[in-house]
Order: sequence, then structure tokens, then C-alpha cells
Amino acid sequence: MESYVTVSGLISQFLVGLSRAMILFIVSSGLSFILGVLRVPNVAHGSLYMIGAFVAHTLAMAAGGGAAGFWLALVLAPTAVALISLAAERLLFCHLYEREHLMLLLFTFALALILGDLTKITWGADYRSLVAPPFLQGSVMVLGTPFPRYNLFLLAVGPVVALGLWLFSNKTKVGKIARAAAVDREMVGAIGINVGRVFAFAFVLGCFLAGLGGALVSPTVSITLGMDHTIIIEAFLIVTIGGLGNMWGALAGSLIFGVSQSMGILLWPQFAIVFPYLAVVIILTLKPTGLLKSVW
Amino acid sequence: MLEVQGIHTYYGLSHILFDVSLRVEAGQVVCLLGRNGAGKTTTLKSIMGLAPPARGRIRFNQRDVTGWPPYRMARQGAGFVPDNRRIFADLTVGENLEIAARQGPGAEKWDRERVYDLFPALRAMDRRRGGLLSGGEQKMLAIARALMTNPQFLLLDEPTEGLAPLLVKSLGERIRKLKELGLTVLLAEQNLRFTLGLSDYGYIIDNGRICHHGRVAELVNDPQVRKICGI
Repeated sequence: MESYVTVSGLISQFLVGLSRAMILFIVSSGLSFILGVLRVPNVAHGSLYMIGAFVAHTLAMAAGGGAAGFWLALVLAPTAVALISLAAERLLFCHLYEREHLMLLLFTFALALILGDLTKITWGADYRSLVAPPFLQGSVMVLGTPFPRYNLFLLAVGPVVALGLWLFSNKTKVGKIARAAAVDREMVGAIGINVGRVFAFAFVLGCFLAGLGGALVSPTVSITLGMDHTIIIEAFLIVTIGGLGNMWGALAGSLIFGVSQSMGILLWPQFAIVFPYLAVVIILTLKPTGLLKSVW
Repeated sequence: MLEVQGIHTYYGLSHILFDVSLRVEAGQVVCLLGRNGAGKTTTLKSIMGLAPPARGRIRFNQRDVTGWPPYRMARQGAGFVPDNRRIFADLTVGENLEIAARQGPGAEKWDRERVYDLFPALRAMDRRRGGLLSGGEQKMLAIARALMTNPQFLLLDEPTEGLAPLLVKSLGERIRKLKELGLTVLLAEQNLRFTLGLSDYGYIIDNGRICHHGRVAELVNDPQVRKICGI
């Protein structure tokens, strides 16, 4: 078995892990953002990711299934998820921010179950798949091994999202207000800012990222019920090992999670699933508060 | 400018303020004196909407503002400087000021430059994170941040607490300057001497009740007041 591990195989598998990490990062940075600013542990975040994938599929099919459909879906599916989350925020979440975390956890868990059932009613239990546009199909040779083009695309999108988030929180006034609200929401109100609106915006932005992750992942996996559970567990672990509410922490956590998963497949396929969780255990044993500074 | 009429405020089940009433006229510096835990901070928070009173009324600028959320109070012209500063630690000094900037109703047009003119020490720290400032610097920043909202009325909660005597003196000068610029101030203090030269009128609060009020010069000579204020 060991003889199959070659340098090029290692690098190729490492890149696969990195591209998986980009999806994890996009989803978990949204979760982390909501945790940081609103202090809401949103279990329904994974459901929004799943809905993002289903909506992307429906839109792409409606647009004829071609390249144009894919790009349209990539933009509109996260937007649709953002609109759903806006409705959820205005109707439900905005009344609950003062509740204790356990209540919020139960509430968002209930919402995850409801959204899961609604997804089942709307799209059924069939497996679906989305086809990437032609120029993102197939493979390119990276150091002598074929590497999927779509994964290269993901490797490019991840840093763009990270940069966008960084610019948003450090260079825009809304972003700075969101950072201030993460630390002291009451004082943000006392300087004349309508915190409710800031919260609504932060929530919608975080959920948009869940939808974007769902849309982006859909050409690489089969879109199906249950993908919400997998991602939400991973995203919570990533946010925990990275440091709650810390965007760079979400990035570090995603890289660790994604890469240890892909390396595990190469090194010990039967136990591959254990590797990322093992990494989580090691990190939390050494540093229970997470790798980077938590805003909590 | 401000009229508080018989407010009762609770934190959960504990009754903190009992029938507190006070008035602040435009252009005045009125002080609220009392020991630690007497109810000074709660009074200021009740006015600002951070701890809304269960009973009683608050009028501000000829409007009934009872139960208004803090952001509406701020937009109406109330600037709040909390006793524990509550600087946004992750933001730089400049960003702390930037997010507070607002075209408030105040007559003076404060912006970052003018605020730095008032507190020159802050200018050099524009890019430093708020959490890295010393206590005294954070006090200045908290006042500067409130000024950025262009208030007519400033709620100052124990600005001298924990400051070195020299800083206390210079802070007094700044507050006097703000008064000259036409700002109305409600100043919560333990330090009776600090308020002497600054304020026109004083209220003494003890165990959540206003027990004395009068001109500050007269309050200083009242033996009961001196006892409450620990002189």
C-alpha cells in the first residue's frame, strides 16, 4: 500500500485537500462571522448551504444547463439563500438575540430540521449533480499528475472570498461597525447606530457565504439531502479550532481540516475520516480556546 | 434640555433607582454625586435607554423619550461616556472615532481633526488599537467618540475615576471648554472637589434616591452631603 505514495501523488492530494478547504472556509467563515457579531450558533447554516446547492442546480437546469446557467446559478443561488435568511432574521432571529446560547442552539437546530424537510418536500430525495462549464471540466497536469480544473478554480475563489471579507471588515464602515458590535453591541447603539440593522446585514452576509459554498461545491459532489449535517459539523469544528468569530481562524481551521482529510485518504484510506477529527482533538487539547484569538 | 421625572429602574428583580427626578437646563453642567453603587451609573443608563426605567418619565429636548432605544437617544443629541470607557478594543483609535461620526444636532461641528485638537495626545495614536491605550487615554477617547456624534448633551460617567491628579486637572479644563462651547453636561462623580469649579447645580444620590440637591457651592458646605460624599 505504501508504495503508491509518490511525491506527485502527495502534492496532487495536497491540492485536493486545499480546494476542499476553500469550500470549508467559505462556509465556516460565514458561520464564524455570525457567531462573532451576533453571538448566534446557527445550526441551520448547513441547511442554507444545502439549499444553496439545490437552488444552484435548479437555476442551472432552468437556464439550459450550459456554462451560462452555471455562472447564473453561482450568483443567484447565494442571493436566494441571502433572501431566505433575511426573512428568517426579520421574522424570527431578531427577537431572539438576547436569549441564552442554549436556547439559540435549540432554536436553530429546530430550524435546521424544518429547512431539511422543506428541502425534501421541494426537491425530493433524488441525487442530483451539476455540470461545471466546459473550460472548468477535465484535468490539467500538475507535476506529472492530472488535477481537476474545477479544483483549481476553487483554489482561486477561496482567496478572493478571504480578501473580500478582509476588505469588508477592515475598510468599510459597516465592517468596522460589525467588528465593534462583536465586542460591545450596547455601546454601538449608544453612539447612534441602529444595531438591529447591522445584525440583519451581518446575518444575511454570513448566510450568503453558506449559499455560495453550496453553489460552489455542487459540481464536485452529488447534491442530496444530508449534506447539511456533514457540513455543519465540520464548520462548527473548524470555527472552534480556529477561534470563534475569527476569520483567519476559520481559514486556518479549514486548511487543517481539508488537508488532513485528503492526506488521510492517501496515507490510510480505511481510516481517512478519522484524521481531521484527530487534528481537532490534538488542537483543542493543546489550545482549548482555538488557534487564534476568539472574539467571545 | 433634560427632565427626569420620578423614574424607578430595576436590574432584573433588584430595584436600583427609587423615584429619581432631576433637571438639566441647556448650557448647564449639572453633577450627580454619590458613592460607589449609589445609582449614578444606573441613572445615566436609564436616561440613555441602556437600562430603561420601569416607571417614571424622561423628557429630552421637549420630547418624551421614555423607553427610547440608545441609538435614537444618540441621534436625538445625547452623547454617552461610560465609566468603564467601553472602547472598541479591536478597532484603532481612528476607527473608534470614524464609526461614531454623525451629523448630530449639536451646534459645534466635531470631526476627527477637531476632536484631535481637543485631545492632542490621541492624534499620535490614530492607528493604534483602542485596547492598547492606557486608562486615561481611553477616557479621552471615550469622550472624543461621544463628541463625534455631535451631541448637544453629554452624559459623563465618572470621568476622573482612576486618573492621576494631573490628568484629572487637565480633564477638568477640557470639560470647562466643552461647556464654553455650549455643550450641556450631566456629570456623575464621586469627587466633589472636581465638580466644584465645573458645575452649576448638583444632585446627591444615595441608595438609589436623590437625597439633596442645590447649588454646588452650597452643597459643599452641607455637613450631611459631606458625610455622604466622604469628605
